[in-house]
Amino acid sequence: MNWHSWSEFLAMGGYALYVWGSYAVTLVVLIGEIVALAMRRRGVIERLAKFYAARRRNHETEA
Amino acid sequence: MIKSERFSWFHFSSPQTFYPLAGTLQPWFAAAATLLCAAGLYLSFFVAPTDAQQGEAYRIIFIHVPAAWMSMFLYLVMGFWSGVGLVLNTRLSSMVATALAPTGALFTFIALWTGALWGKPTWGTWWVWDARLTSELILLFLYIGFMALQAAIDDPRRADKAGAVLALVGVINIPIIYFSVKWWSTLHQGASVSMKSAPSMATTMLIGMLIMALGFWMYSIAAVLARVRCVILERERHTEWVMAEVGGQA
Repeated sequence: MNWHSWSEFLAMGGYALYVWGSYAVTLVVLIGEIVALAMRRRGVIERLAKFYAARRRNHETEA
Repeated sequence: MIKSERFSWFHFSSPQTFYPLAGTLQPWFAAAATLLCAAGLYLSFFVAPTDAQQGEAYRIIFIHVPAAWMSMFLYLVMGFWSGVGLVLNTRLSSMVATALAPTGALFTFIALWTGALWGKPTWGTWWVWDARLTSELILLFLYIGFMALQAAIDDPRRADKAGAVLALVGVINIPIIYFSVKWWSTLHQGASVSMKSAPSMATTMLIGMLIMALGFWMYSIAAVLARVRCVILERERHTEWVMAEVGGQA
Protein backbone atom coordinates (compact mmCIF):
# COMPACT_ATOMS: atom_id res chain seq x y z
CA MET A 1 0.00 0.00 0.00
CA ASN A 2 1.43 3.36 -1.05
CA TRP A 3 -0.86 5.66 0.91
CA HIS A 4 -1.44 6.20 4.60
CA SER A 5 -4.43 8.51 4.28
CA TRP A 6 -6.94 9.91 1.82
CA SER A 7 -5.31 13.32 1.85
CA GLU A 8 -1.95 11.75 1.05
CA PHE A 9 -3.56 9.85 -1.82
CA LEU A 10 -5.21 12.99 -3.19
CA ALA A 11 -2.02 15.02 -2.86
CA MET A 12 -0.12 12.56 -5.12
CA GLY A 13 3.20 13.63 -3.63
CA GLY A 14 2.66 17.20 -4.78
CA TYR A 15 1.74 16.22 -8.33
CA ALA A 16 -2.04 16.24 -7.81
CA LEU A 17 -2.70 18.75 -10.61
CA TYR A 18 -0.81 16.68 -13.18
CA VAL A 19 -1.89 13.19 -12.13
CA TRP A 20 -5.53 14.01 -11.45
CA GLY A 21 -5.65 16.38 -14.39
CA SER A 22 -4.65 13.47 -16.62
CA TYR A 23 -7.03 10.91 -15.13
CA ALA A 24 -9.97 13.32 -14.87
CA VAL A 25 -9.76 14.47 -18.48
CA THR A 26 -9.37 10.88 -19.70
CA LEU A 27 -12.45 9.87 -17.72
CA VAL A 28 -14.45 12.84 -19.02
CA VAL A 29 -13.45 12.08 -22.62
CA LEU A 30 -14.36 8.39 -22.41
CA ILE A 31 -17.64 8.97 -20.55
CA GLY A 32 -18.39 11.74 -23.04
CA GLU A 33 -17.90 9.35 -25.93
CA ILE A 34 -20.19 6.75 -24.33
CA VAL A 35 -22.92 9.38 -23.78
CA ALA A 36 -22.47 10.75 -27.31
CA LEU A 37 -22.82 7.25 -28.77
CA ALA A 38 -25.99 6.56 -26.79
CA MET A 39 -27.46 9.90 -27.92
CA ARG A 40 -26.45 9.26 -31.51
CA ARG A 41 -28.16 5.87 -31.50
CA ARG A 42 -31.36 7.34 -30.05
CA GLY A 43 -31.21 10.20 -32.56
CA VAL A 44 -30.73 7.87 -35.53
CA ILE A 45 -33.64 5.67 -34.52
CA GLU A 46 -35.94 8.66 -33.93
CA ARG A 47 -34.98 10.26 -37.23
CA LEU A 48 -35.48 7.04 -39.17
CA ALA A 49 -38.83 6.36 -37.51
CA LYS A 50 -40.00 9.83 -38.65
CA PHE A 51 -38.55 9.25 -42.11
CA TYR A 52 -40.45 5.96 -42.49
CA ALA A 53 -43.66 7.46 -41.08
CA ALA A 54 -43.50 10.35 -43.57
CA ARG A 55 -42.86 7.95 -46.43
CA ARG A 56 -45.78 5.76 -45.34
CA ARG A 57 -48.12 8.80 -45.24
CA ASN A 58 -47.01 9.75 -48.74
CA HIS A 59 -47.79 6.26 -50.00
CA GLU A 60 -51.23 6.33 -48.35
CA THR A 61 -52.20 9.66 -49.90
CA GLU A 62 -51.06 8.41 -53.29
CA ALA A 63 -53.18 5.25 -53.01
CA MET B 1 -25.19 -19.07 -57.32
CA ILE B 2 -22.68 -20.42 -54.84
CA LYS B 3 -24.31 -21.73 -51.73
CA SER B 4 -22.14 -22.84 -48.88
CA GLU B 5 -23.14 -24.26 -45.51
CA ARG B 6 -19.64 -23.71 -44.14
CA PHE B 7 -18.85 -20.81 -41.88
CA SER B 8 -17.56 -17.92 -43.90
CA TRP B 9 -16.12 -14.56 -42.89
CA PHE B 10 -17.77 -13.12 -45.95
CA HIS B 11 -21.10 -13.92 -44.34
CA PHE B 12 -20.39 -11.15 -41.82
CA SER B 13 -19.16 -8.71 -44.43
CA SER B 14 -22.77 -7.75 -45.11
CA PRO B 15 -24.04 -4.88 -42.94
CA GLN B 16 -27.28 -6.77 -42.37
CA THR B 17 -25.58 -9.77 -40.76
CA PHE B 18 -22.89 -7.72 -39.01
CA TYR B 19 -25.37 -5.37 -37.31
CA PRO B 20 -26.88 -7.95 -34.92
CA LEU B 21 -23.49 -9.61 -34.39
CA ALA B 22 -22.01 -6.26 -33.34
CA GLY B 23 -24.97 -5.72 -31.03
CA THR B 24 -24.42 -9.09 -29.36
CA LEU B 25 -20.66 -8.66 -28.95
CA GLN B 26 -20.66 -5.01 -27.86
CA PRO B 27 -21.77 -5.49 -24.20
CA TRP B 28 -19.14 -8.18 -23.66
CA PHE B 29 -16.35 -5.89 -24.83
CA ALA B 30 -17.79 -3.09 -22.69
CA ALA B 31 -17.82 -5.39 -19.63
CA ALA B 32 -14.26 -6.57 -20.33
CA ALA B 33 -13.17 -2.93 -20.67
CA THR B 34 -14.75 -2.02 -17.33
CA LEU B 35 -13.15 -4.93 -15.48
CA LEU B 36 -9.72 -4.46 -17.04
CA CYS B 37 -9.69 -0.70 -16.42
CA ALA B 38 -10.80 -1.22 -12.80
CA ALA B 39 -8.01 -3.77 -12.28
CA GLY B 40 -5.55 -1.53 -14.14
CA LEU B 41 -6.43 1.49 -12.00
CA TYR B 42 -6.04 -0.55 -8.83
CA LEU B 43 -2.58 -1.69 -9.92
CA SER B 44 -1.68 1.83 -11.04
CA PHE B 45 -2.44 3.52 -7.78
CA PHE B 46 -2.20 0.87 -5.06
CA VAL B 47 0.23 -1.82 -6.21
CA ALA B 48 2.78 0.00 -8.36
CA PRO B 49 5.22 1.74 -5.99
CA THR B 50 6.35 5.35 -6.08
CA ASP B 51 9.01 6.03 -8.70
CA ALA B 52 12.42 6.81 -7.25
CA GLN B 53 13.13 9.63 -9.70
CA GLN B 54 9.76 11.06 -10.64
CA GLY B 55 7.77 10.49 -7.47
CA GLU B 56 4.04 10.13 -8.05
CA ALA B 57 4.06 12.11 -11.31
CA TYR B 58 5.05 8.95 -13.19
CA ARG B 59 1.57 7.45 -12.52
CA ILE B 60 0.41 9.32 -15.62
CA ILE B 61 2.22 6.56 -17.54
CA PHE B 62 -0.67 4.15 -16.93
CA ILE B 63 -2.97 6.14 -19.19
CA HIS B 64 -0.44 8.03 -21.31
CA VAL B 65 1.31 5.02 -22.84
CA PRO B 66 -1.81 2.86 -23.41
CA ALA B 67 -3.60 5.87 -24.98
CA ALA B 68 -0.62 6.56 -27.24
CA TRP B 69 -0.50 2.89 -28.27
CA MET B 70 -4.23 2.89 -29.03
CA SER B 71 -3.95 6.14 -31.01
CA MET B 72 -1.41 4.49 -33.34
CA PHE B 73 -2.98 1.03 -33.39
CA LEU B 74 -6.48 2.34 -34.19
CA TYR B 75 -5.01 4.35 -37.05
CA LEU B 76 -3.43 1.21 -38.50
CA VAL B 77 -6.74 -0.65 -38.15
CA MET B 78 -8.53 2.29 -39.79
CA GLY B 79 -5.99 2.27 -42.62
CA PHE B 80 -6.39 -1.50 -43.02
CA TRP B 81 -10.19 -1.42 -43.30
CA SER B 82 -10.00 1.65 -45.55
CA GLY B 83 -7.68 -0.27 -47.84
CA VAL B 84 -9.90 -3.35 -47.81
CA GLY B 85 -12.90 -1.16 -48.64
CA LEU B 86 -11.01 0.51 -51.45
CA VAL B 87 -9.74 -2.72 -53.02
CA LEU B 88 -12.62 -5.14 -52.44
CA ASN B 89 -15.33 -2.49 -52.58
CA THR B 90 -16.93 -3.86 -49.41
CA ARG B 91 -19.19 -1.27 -47.84
CA LEU B 92 -18.91 -2.63 -44.32
CA SER B 93 -15.09 -2.25 -44.29
CA SER B 94 -15.46 1.44 -45.07
CA MET B 95 -18.15 1.84 -42.42
CA VAL B 96 -15.80 0.30 -39.83
CA ALA B 97 -13.04 2.72 -40.90
CA THR B 98 -15.47 5.62 -40.50
CA ALA B 99 -16.48 4.35 -37.05
CA LEU B 100 -12.84 4.00 -35.91
CA ALA B 101 -11.80 7.61 -36.56
CA PRO B 102 -13.50 9.44 -33.65
CA THR B 103 -12.28 6.92 -31.05
CA GLY B 104 -8.78 7.09 -32.51
CA ALA B 105 -8.86 10.88 -32.39
CA LEU B 106 -9.97 10.82 -28.74
CA PHE B 107 -7.10 8.53 -27.73
CA THR B 108 -4.68 10.77 -29.63
CA PHE B 109 -6.03 13.75 -27.72
CA ILE B 110 -5.67 11.84 -24.42
CA ALA B 111 -2.08 10.90 -25.28
CA LEU B 112 -1.24 14.54 -26.06
CA TRP B 113 -3.07 15.92 -23.03
CA THR B 114 -1.56 13.49 -20.51
CA GLY B 115 1.81 14.00 -22.20
CA ALA B 116 1.59 17.74 -21.61
CA LEU B 117 0.61 17.20 -17.97
CA TRP B 118 3.50 14.79 -17.57
CA GLY B 119 5.96 16.99 -19.43
CA LYS B 120 5.42 20.02 -17.20
CA PRO B 121 6.68 18.48 -13.92
CA THR B 122 9.37 16.28 -15.51
CA TRP B 123 10.74 18.41 -18.36
CA GLY B 124 9.57 21.80 -17.16
CA THR B 125 7.44 22.45 -20.24
CA TRP B 126 3.93 21.53 -21.42
CA TRP B 127 4.99 21.21 -25.03
CA VAL B 128 8.08 21.05 -27.21
CA TRP B 129 8.21 20.83 -30.99
CA ASP B 130 10.24 17.66 -31.12
CA ALA B 131 9.73 14.68 -33.42
CA ARG B 132 7.63 12.48 -31.11
CA LEU B 133 5.21 15.18 -30.02
CA THR B 134 4.90 16.81 -33.42
CA SER B 135 4.23 13.53 -35.24
CA GLU B 136 1.59 12.60 -32.64
CA LEU B 137 -0.04 16.00 -33.19
CA ILE B 138 -0.03 15.29 -36.94
CA LEU B 139 -1.81 12.01 -36.13
CA LEU B 140 -4.59 14.01 -34.46
CA PHE B 141 -4.85 16.21 -37.56
CA LEU B 142 -4.99 13.11 -39.78
CA TYR B 143 -7.92 11.73 -37.78
CA ILE B 144 -9.69 15.10 -37.86
CA GLY B 145 -8.92 15.50 -41.56
CA PHE B 146 -10.34 12.04 -42.30
CA MET B 147 -13.57 12.85 -40.45
CA ALA B 148 -13.90 16.32 -41.99
CA LEU B 149 -13.28 15.00 -45.51
CA GLN B 150 -15.89 12.27 -45.11
CA ALA B 151 -18.38 14.71 -43.63
CA ALA B 152 -17.85 17.12 -46.54
CA ILE B 153 -18.78 14.60 -49.24
CA ASP B 154 -22.46 13.83 -49.62
CA ASP B 155 -22.20 10.57 -51.55
CA PRO B 156 -21.15 7.97 -48.94
CA ARG B 157 -19.29 5.75 -51.41
CA ARG B 158 -17.24 8.67 -52.70
CA ALA B 159 -16.63 9.76 -49.12
CA ASP B 160 -15.37 6.23 -48.38
CA LYS B 161 -12.92 6.35 -51.27
CA ALA B 162 -11.61 9.84 -50.53
CA GLY B 163 -11.26 9.02 -46.84
CA ALA B 164 -9.49 5.75 -47.65
CA VAL B 165 -6.86 7.50 -49.77
CA LEU B 166 -6.21 10.03 -47.00
CA ALA B 167 -6.08 7.28 -44.34
CA LEU B 168 -3.65 5.16 -46.39
CA VAL B 169 -1.31 8.06 -47.16
CA GLY B 170 -1.35 8.96 -43.45
CA VAL B 171 -0.22 5.47 -42.42
CA ILE B 172 3.35 6.60 -43.17
CA ASN B 173 3.10 8.77 -40.05
CA ILE B 174 2.76 5.74 -37.73
CA PRO B 175 6.33 4.38 -38.08
CA ILE B 176 7.51 7.99 -37.87
CA ILE B 177 5.81 8.38 -34.48
CA TYR B 178 6.97 4.99 -33.27
CA PHE B 179 10.62 5.31 -34.25
CA SER B 180 10.90 9.09 -33.74
CA VAL B 181 12.63 8.59 -30.38
CA LYS B 182 15.29 6.47 -32.11
CA TRP B 183 15.71 8.54 -35.26
CA TRP B 184 15.97 11.96 -33.67
CA SER B 185 17.27 13.09 -30.34
CA THR B 186 14.27 14.15 -28.34
CA LEU B 187 13.25 15.07 -24.83
CA HIS B 188 10.78 12.21 -24.90
CA GLN B 189 13.28 9.39 -24.55
CA GLY B 190 14.52 10.30 -21.11
CA ALA B 191 11.23 9.57 -19.46
CA SER B 192 11.53 5.78 -19.54
CA VAL B 193 15.07 5.62 -18.12
CA SER B 194 13.89 4.87 -14.58
CA MET B 195 12.17 1.71 -15.78
CA LYS B 196 15.47 0.24 -16.90
CA SER B 197 17.39 1.21 -13.79
CA ALA B 198 14.87 -0.45 -11.46
CA PRO B 199 13.86 -3.79 -12.99
CA SER B 200 11.84 -4.98 -9.96
CA MET B 201 9.65 -1.91 -10.23
CA ALA B 202 9.33 -2.34 -13.96
CA THR B 203 7.34 -5.56 -13.52
CA THR B 204 4.40 -4.12 -11.56
CA MET B 205 4.53 -0.95 -13.64
CA LEU B 206 4.59 -2.94 -16.85
CA ILE B 207 1.73 -5.23 -15.79
CA GLY B 208 -0.39 -2.25 -14.76
CA MET B 209 0.33 -0.54 -18.06
CA LEU B 210 -0.44 -3.65 -20.10
CA ILE B 211 -3.74 -4.23 -18.29
CA MET B 212 -4.74 -0.61 -18.87
CA ALA B 213 -3.78 -1.03 -22.53
CA LEU B 214 -5.97 -4.14 -22.78
CA GLY B 215 -8.79 -2.20 -21.09
CA PHE B 216 -8.45 0.65 -23.59
CA TRP B 217 -8.37 -1.89 -26.40
CA MET B 218 -11.60 -3.53 -25.26
CA TYR B 219 -13.14 -0.08 -24.75
CA SER B 220 -12.20 0.89 -28.30
CA ILE B 221 -13.79 -2.24 -29.74
CA ALA B 222 -16.98 -1.61 -27.74
CA ALA B 223 -17.13 2.05 -28.82
CA VAL B 224 -16.43 1.27 -32.46
CA LEU B 225 -19.04 -1.50 -32.55
CA ALA B 226 -21.61 0.87 -31.07
CA ARG B 227 -20.70 3.56 -33.60
CA VAL B 228 -20.64 1.25 -36.61
CA ARG B 229 -24.19 0.15 -35.72
CA CYS B 230 -25.31 3.79 -35.96
CA VAL B 231 -23.45 4.20 -39.26
CA ILE B 232 -25.07 1.03 -40.64
CA LEU B 233 -28.57 2.20 -39.70
CA GLU B 234 -28.00 5.61 -41.31
CA ARG B 235 -26.49 4.30 -44.49
CA GLU B 236 -28.77 1.30 -44.99
CA ARG B 237 -31.95 3.21 -44.21
CA HIS B 238 -33.43 2.41 -47.61
CA THR B 239 -33.41 -1.32 -46.90
CA GLU B 240 -36.31 -3.36 -45.60
CA TRP B 241 -34.35 -4.83 -42.70
CA VAL B 242 -33.38 -1.44 -41.24
CA MET B 243 -37.01 -0.39 -41.48
CA ALA B 244 -38.01 -3.52 -39.56
CA GLU B 245 -35.18 -2.99 -37.08
CA VAL B 246 -36.18 0.60 -36.27
CA GLY B 247 -39.79 -0.48 -35.83
CA GLY B 248 -41.37 1.18 -38.84
CA GLN B 249 -43.90 -1.17 -40.39
CA ALA B 250 -43.63 -1.66 -44.14
